[in-house]
Amino acid sequence: MADVIEVGAARGDAPPPVGGKERRGASASRRGRATTPYLFLAPYLVLFLLFGLAPILFGVWISLHQWDLQLPNRPLVGLGNYHDLFSSDSAIYGDWWSSVRATAIFTVFSVPLLVVVPLGLALLLNRSFPGRTFFRAAFFAPYVLGVAVIGLLWRFLLDANLGLVNRLLGMVGLPSDTPWVTDVPWAWVSLVGVTVWWTCGFNAVIYLAGLQDIPAELYEAARVDGAGGWDRFRHVTLPGLRPVLLFVLTTTILASANVFGQSFLITQGAPGEQTRTVVWRIVDEGLRYYDAGRAAAMSVVFALMLAVVSIVNFRLFRYRED
Amino acid sequence: MTSLRRTARYAVLLLITAIFVTPLVWMVITSLKTYGEAQQIPPSWLPNPFSGYGYEQILGNTQNPVLRWFLNSMLAATLHALLVLATASMAAYALARLRFRGRKLSFALIVGTLFIPPTSLIIPNFVIVERLGWIDTLTVVVVPGAASAFGVFFLRQFFLSIPPELEEAAVLDGANHWEIFTRVLLPLSKPALATLAVLSFLTNWNDFLWPIYVLFSPERLTLPPGLGLLQGAYVTDYPVIMAGAVLASVPVLILFVLAQRHIIQGVSRSGLKG
Repeated sequence: MADVIEVGAARGDAPPPVGGKERRGASASRRGRATTPYLFLAPYLVLFLLFGLAPILFGVWISLHQWDLQLPNRPLVGLGNYHDLFSSDSAIYGDWWSSVRATAIFTVFSVPLLVVVPLGLALLLNRSFPGRTFFRAAFFAPYVLGVAVIGLLWRFLLDANLGLVNRLLGMVGLPSDTPWVTDVPWAWVSLVGVTVWWTCGFNAVIYLAGLQDIPAELYEAARVDGAGGWDRFRHVTLPGLRPVLLFVLTTTILASANVFGQSFLITQGAPGEQTRTVVWRIVDEGLRYYDAGRAAAMSVVFALMLAVVSIVNFRLFRYRED
Repeated sequence: MTSLRRTARYAVLLLITAIFVTPLVWMVITSLKTYGEAQQIPPSWLPNPFSGYGYEQILGNTQNPVLRWFLNSMLAATLHALLVLATASMAAYALARLRFRGRKLSFALIVGTLFIPPTSLIIPNFVIVERLGWIDTLTVVVVPGAASAFGVFFLRQFFLSIPPELEEAAVLDGANHWEIFTRVLLPLSKPALATLAVLSFLTNWNDFLWPIYVLFSPERLTLPPGLGLLQGAYVTDYPVIMAGAVLASVPVLILFVLAQRHIIQGVSRSGLKG
């Protein structure tokens, strides 16, 4: 029987099985047949094949065609859609690279803040004191709201005339007529600022879990050696957090590069189309103008760009560890 | 000295809290103003008088049936969470406890998709659901998202952390896999299942990009695309827009208060896998 219970064999450090192999083998026939594992897997596998795996291959297939969603004919065009993205005389070239530029600007400015600010918050919360759970919840709260809510909310808060932000700035004597959502560079400040406000609680919680895994003895030993607060941070906290930092950095880059709702709702692409991001360009091209072939090609190029960034990211971190 | 430091710490924490919470409070305050008051420059601090204008506008609204969107969202997010729990827990059991041909390959494929940004699959997924005839139905916002590898990965890790000895007694009693799964493993996994259910509900409730392109009929929308419509229809009528935003926030904020431990644990555990 193939389906004896496999006791923790998938993980090296799992405890050894109780009872002999023969005994478990003997009762296996009563517990199920060889098809049992597949029956357990089947419901998820159907979903996974249809909406997780098939779209990857299907997306590449679509990208090789001139695939108008409204036309029955979808002629094969080979790498034509890709060629359009890289040749400056094609109609889409300008729009596509403008969206890449917008996404790059957003990512470059939001990621450092989303890596550093949450670390500061986590350090503030990383010891027990009355009210700690409350503060952690307050910092995390915006994250449970969807991008639709925070988009509408900040479009309003950042309204140049009616918004709270300019009102508060005016009260402390700063300019109170900043066009936060309609002009650059303010639109970028807004998009990055709102995203930091919205998601930094998420990264802070991940850091907190990582901080609590650093053995207290290490801090104690450093203290005994006469290390000050900054030294302990540099030589105990940061090295201890390295895997968590890599995780946060990687997931934050991916999340930032996938930005859509904030610019869709808050700046609405303004000024002009300068804050229109890659994901927005892809769905617009494919689902609003029905050019699925071109949009699929953009998706593939985009996924490859992100893969390169992630790989570089891992390499850099591993290099530093050596 | 220490009491001074403690005071300073609390001052900093309260200041940061204000930054996180003030926008949410302002959302509620504005939802209780009249249109006229919300147009004042500079804005008033508190509604004078408190007004139900914003909520009246959205509740009796036939063009933008916000209540209907609310119910659609509630139904979709609940069904989605149940679907994820059922499919992911069964798959995770097979991957954590059973031996079968193709197990390593299927696990590698499932985990591999965690590294592919879901946004890059939107176009092919749209073509697929269109062929299935799911466009503009409840199914299209409930089912495809359940293909995410996160739930399977998350529960598999949890199942592996449960000592197999706990299942041995059932095995010796001649229980089959289904009985071991439902009577031993699932009851032991309640915290993890609750965490996954809450996270799946939140994700689905907040989903914006997918529904705005696959739902069209006003009576079929969920709240997030509905809020987008509301913004387009009311532009600067902020009490109405903020009332809609409050309606969309209240369920998840209540859920957050009730299930804070589960949400925080789920998030921190997702980080530790890295």
